[in-house]
Amino acid sequence: MSATAAVRSGAGPRLGGLWVLPPLLLLAALFFYPLALIAGQSLVGDDGAVSLAGYGAVLTGPLFANALWHTIEIAVGATAGCLVLGFVMALLLTFVPIPGGRLIARLIDTFIALPTFLVALAFTFIYGSAGLLNMAAMGATGLSTPPIDFLYSVWGVILAEVTVYTPFIMRPLLASFSLIETAQIEVASSLGAGPWRIIRQVIFPAALPALLAGGSLCLLLTVNEFGVVFFIGAKGVITLPLLIYSKAIEESDYSTACVIAMVNVVLSLSLYALYRTLVARLGGDRAGVV
Amino acid sequence: MSDAVAMGTGVGAARATAPDTLPRGASGIGFHGVTVAYKGAVALADLDLHVHPGEIMAIIGPSGCGKTTALRAVAGFVRPTAGRIRIGETDVTDLPPHARDIGMVVQNYALFPHMRVDENVAFGLRARRSPEALVRERVAESLRMVGMRDFSARYPRQLSGGQQQRVAIARALAIRPRVLLLDEPLSALDAQIRRSMLGELARLHQELPSLTVLYVTHDQVEALTLADRIAIMRGGRLMAEGQSQMLYRAPANRFAAEFLGRANLLPVQVEDANDVPGVARVRLGETSLSAMVSQAFGPGMALLCVRPHDISLRPVPVQPANTLTGTVLGVTWQGDQHSIDFDVGGHALRLVSTPLREPPPPGARVAVHFAAEDATLIPHEAA
Repeated sequence: MSATAAVRSGAGPRLGGLWVLPPLLLLAALFFYPLALIAGQSLVGDDGAVSLAGYGAVLTGPLFANALWHTIEIAVGATAGCLVLGFVMALLLTFVPIPGGRLIARLIDTFIALPTFLVALAFTFIYGSAGLLNMAAMGATGLSTPPIDFLYSVWGVILAEVTVYTPFIMRPLLASFSLIETAQIEVASSLGAGPWRIIRQVIFPAALPALLAGGSLCLLLTVNEFGVVFFIGAKGVITLPLLIYSKAIEESDYSTACVIAMVNVVLSLSLYALYRTLVARLGGDRAGVV
Repeated sequence: MSDAVAMGTGVGAARATAPDTLPRGASGIGFHGVTVAYKGAVALADLDLHVHPGEIMAIIGPSGCGKTTALRAVAGFVRPTAGRIRIGETDVTDLPPHARDIGMVVQNYALFPHMRVDENVAFGLRARRSPEALVRERVAESLRMVGMRDFSARYPRQLSGGQQQRVAIARALAIRPRVLLLDEPLSALDAQIRRSMLGELARLHQELPSLTVLYVTHDQVEALTLADRIAIMRGGRLMAEGQSQMLYRAPANRFAAEFLGRANLLPVQVEDANDVPGVARVRLGETSLSAMVSQAFGPGMALLCVRPHDISLRPVPVQPANTLTGTVLGVTWQGDQHSIDFDVGGHALRLVSTPLREPPPPGARVAVHFAAEDATLIPHEAA
């Protein structure tokens, strides 16, 4: 009898329990051990003693507060933008007979497969100081300075992240919309409801679980976004991941980098817990699509 | 032909005898040469049909016959490629669905799952910005009419299929629509609840006699039970239309005869299409028979249509008019009836009767009889 068969038949429960060890060891080697090293490093002071002094110094500093604020500001702004844009686009693609709508949905979907910094790079070609729009505007108006300069600000980062992460909202939304019975919309219309009321009272409530789950996933991803912020290079726009990079790579200040990293980990895990809770509680029988 | 055939029975009869009781504002539905085509494929071809105010009209036919397309055209969900649709005096062809003043009930109820029963019923009224006092009054009244007043705080998922359909009907009625469109409303229910709901719908219409109802179904029993008039469709075309009992007793053509109930169709030779007024003399082999005629026939072949339950067994020695002699092919007991198949001169004939104490055995020679009033002549055409 093979080991698998033994496990399935229940003949060797003790042996069966051992099968969980390889993946656990692999997980420990690849994930928990490095995380433990970072956690350990964050607790070691300059004198080598274990203490929380590093946390106190970093968390009360203006640099950290600024990075935390920008991280939250950008994540919340980008998530809100993704939710609005994603909802509108999913609505159009599902309920408005647009020629080639399916192809458009597929194209938007492929954004998920692309590295995030590509969008930031593309944005610099379009909206950057020497980008297409600024060169055209300067050529047309004779201005000596680029008139379009939002890219190198928080707004530029938010716009780039909205572009990158909107498909993460659209995917569950499109799946959720596909489950709405056409008859519900038709009956609502026959009862006298116009398009806005149907969107507000029929479609939106049905899409709420997908919106909340997609939104919390989007929040999680934008909190940890590094590539977009790094490539945009907006002056003074430092987020937690960028601050970790700066401390660890540019300043070799590993203790500070590890403290900030641990804060980032706690923030991410909290958002992930929120995401899973929303999927489980609000997804209901539609949890599979989110 | 009996008076009941001419007058109709049940709900239809109640209304037919009191047309003056219809309140003002009762609206009929008119299809005027309506054609609907999808990418060149014609789903509805030049339909001319009129549903009178306060009437229940059933449209029946096999899948793909165009019956649902006709209903959706009235609702405004499909746009005719030709023709006009009227509700009352209003040409609604170019109006959006929400401006047509219709109530609609569909097969799968389409209740809004996140709203309570009372919120579902109030939806249309709130969409029309009715005063809240009126909303409360109408919701309570509509739920009372369908017997769901005690369920107002529940969500659709907490209701059975039959209860959900009652709520869907209450939701459609709450706005006091000019016409009620029912698209296979009982198809998703099991047989017992379906029978009960049929009775409920009939009672409901007696309570709301001014309501014009267009009822689409593939179920002939629903149509015959509920409708004042029935339209039979096939391939996007209207095949027959008429008062329900009349259409059943005297179908206009072979398709109508076979689709609406079971029919024996015997190929006969017309000897005299007007033997006595309204009665034709025909011949099946060597046997002379009489049948009603409701359309013009010349000499030649025709089909004699007689329903299985209009045929009765006769002792062989007694042979009144309209008697055929045949051989029993098979006998089937179906609980509340016996179904007996005969061979009559090479033609199949079926008789349905109340359970017989001693049904004839297969192979027995028996005589069967039907009244001339129960047989009708229809044009001879291929199946």
